[in-house]
Amino acid sequence: MIEHAFRGSKKYWSWLLFLALIILAGFYFYMRQFSYGLGITGMSRNVSWGLYIAQFTFIVGVAASAVMVVLPYYLHDYKAFGKITILGEFLAISSVIMCMLFVFVDLGQPFRVLNIFLYPTFHSLMFWDVVALTGYLVLNVVITRVTLAAERNSIPPPKWIRPIIIISIPWAISIHTVTAFLFAGLAGRPFWLTAVLAPRFLASAFSAGPALLLLLCLLLRRLTNFDAGEEAIKKLGLIITYAMCVNVFLILMEFFTTFYSHIPEDAAHMQYLYFGLDGKARLAPWMWTSAILAIVSLAILLVPRARRNHRTLIVACIAVFLSIWIDKGLGLVITGFIPSPFGKVIQYWPTLPETLIAAGIWAIGVFFITIFYKMALSIRSELEA
Amino acid sequence: MSISRRTILKLAGLTALGVTAENYASAHAGSTTAKILSKAVGAGKRLTKSNLQQKVRLAMVVDLRKCVADQGCTKCIDVCNKAHNIPDFGDSKDAIKWIWKEPYENAFVDQENFYMRDEFRNKMVPVFCNNCDNPPCVEVCPTQATFQRPDGIVMMDWHRCIGCRYCMAACPYGSRSFNWRDPRPFIRDINPDYPTRMKGVVEKCTWCDERVDQGLLPLCVEACPEKAMVFGNLNDPNSEVRQLLKDNFSVRRKPGLGTSPEVYYLV
Ligand code: SF4
Ligand code: SF4
Ligand code: SF4
Repeated sequence: MIEHAFRGSKKYWSWLLFLALIILAGFYFYMRQFSYGLGITGMSRNVSWGLYIAQFTFIVGVAASAVMVVLPYYLHDYKAFGKITILGEFLAISSVIMCMLFVFVDLGQPFRVLNIFLYPTFHSLMFWDVVALTGYLVLNVVITRVTLAAERNSIPPPKWIRPIIIISIPWAISIHTVTAFLFAGLAGRPFWLTAVLAPRFLASAFSAGPALLLLLCLLLRRLTNFDAGEEAIKKLGLIITYAMCVNVFLILMEFFTTFYSHIPEDAAHMQYLYFGLDGKARLAPWMWTSAILAIVSLAILLVPRARRNHRTLIVACIAVFLSIWIDKGLGLVITGFIPSPFGKVIQYWPTLPETLIAAGIWAIGVFFITIFYKMALSIRSELEA
Repeated sequence: MSISRRTILKLAGLTALGVTAENYASAHAGSTTAKILSKAVGAGKRLTKSNLQQKVRLAMVVDLRKCVADQGCTKCIDVCNKAHNIPDFGDSKDAIKWIWKEPYENAFVDQENFYMRDEFRNKMVPVFCNNCDNPPCVEVCPTQATFQRPDGIVMMDWHRCIGCRYCMAACPYGSRSFNWRDPRPFIRDINPDYPTRMKGVVEKCTWCDERVDQGLLPLCVEACPEKAMVFGNLNDPNSEVRQLLKDNFSVRRKPGLGTSPEVYYLV
């Protein structure tokens, strides 16, 4: 199976080379971080989690979103997704790998990471998050291997894989729920202390993830002879529309409770995020960009004609993805720390090494997606030939 | 509330923390607890068996009416920094702080009070880890590198900490510091009797557990020229802390979060 990853056009190889260069740059800066310490990042005593954990949170969502194609296909026998479930699962695998790397580079003592398993601590949500992610990775590796092998031999997949696939559905929900609990259970951080956090995580995941998948499908159609099928594209567009509506709705709910109750500790964070506090508003322009992107995306998605037109659909998908990337991959985690427990506004911005390490991890993820998709599509075109 | 929560966790077999605590107790209880108790019970009273069996819950009282931090006193901070090998990064983003001063309005951020006694406006307050009775930092730590002793002190195991900083996100008081870089070059004179830390681990005030174990008071308590800080066993009705709390009005930082902070400020 893996041999397909080693055969490819010039374009394929130069793309991988390009990614490898970014990975190398990231690795170089990680080595610098490793010797200097996390002080190389923009994080501080007050904002003690930054880009790494924020990106981790965003990507867990992308990983979980595979369920949006797996569920209709396996539970409702929705045939149109037959061709893309494997793409969703490979996207999940690549995303989980990125998640783990983002947690890893965030550790002050990375060599001690196994302490999480050596001293399992059941009252720590971080323990459960690691368990959930590892389990999800294993599930998806098994599922993709078995289904792809069956496909290559033109036989139906073995019966025992079905229960495993069914388990992977609630498991996907659980990885993002537990990730939300990581934040939502902290009494001292009112910005995260909301029951709507997990639902919001899921809604944003189920819009950003499928948006990425849809973009990938359309890209593959241009680059290769793979065609996801018009019906699958349409359905994905619909899923994105519903999920994005729920996501925006939940964000507005947060606005209402925070600002109508105007409890100072709660409101201060939102205030900082969107309007600035004490004259400091580093995240506000980003958040308004995110808000405008969300409005643009909904303006397209909610009009059936615009949604069906691939050109506008692509714009909508990019808008959804970027909007949520800003909201979750930047604003949500950082703002939990601003203002500080002492009510002081101490801002954060990632440094260049930090950004490049994050870019390196993204490149690793894209690298994996590329070779996984290459494998899956080569096997298919071989069968068709 | 805090008690029932922990009891439930224990009943469910969920608290591996319990194991740590018990091991710790069996290893250290004899000498330590006895000494603290003899202190807490007070001079002139004999240390009896029932005293010994009494559960110890250590606590700190800071009398803000006596503290002269706003007049430039930094005695408690200085002794602590020196004894515990605290590096000096200035007030940069890498700063390590165990005990330091905050303006009243920042230390008691949820007690916004536009009109208040003049001497408390802009008053400086010594702040440090509350060694909470129901510490969220212990609850979230994935490795039990942060754990609670039976006498209530919340401890740090610098050899186990993976530097995930979940405890920093969980602490509502900003009591924890992370070693963003190697602290050793920034320590003025290293005290060989106390460990230095490495980069990548979290640290905080532990009420001088190393001294408490020898029956001594925390350094800041001892150093305060105004006798503004008092340390003792909250479970002993005759202890000085209990007497002070009985006779004076006290406040704690963010008591509404249920963490049960064990530093009481007399205003
Ligand atoms: S003050 Fe913070 S660090 Fe100290 S015990 Fe309480 S929660 Fe933990
Ligand atoms: S940084 Fe260390 S002490 Fe804090 S939660 Fe992580 S492992 Fe525990
Ligand atoms: S030593 Fe005493 S008077 Fe001085 S700052 Fe500390 S508590 Fe206040």
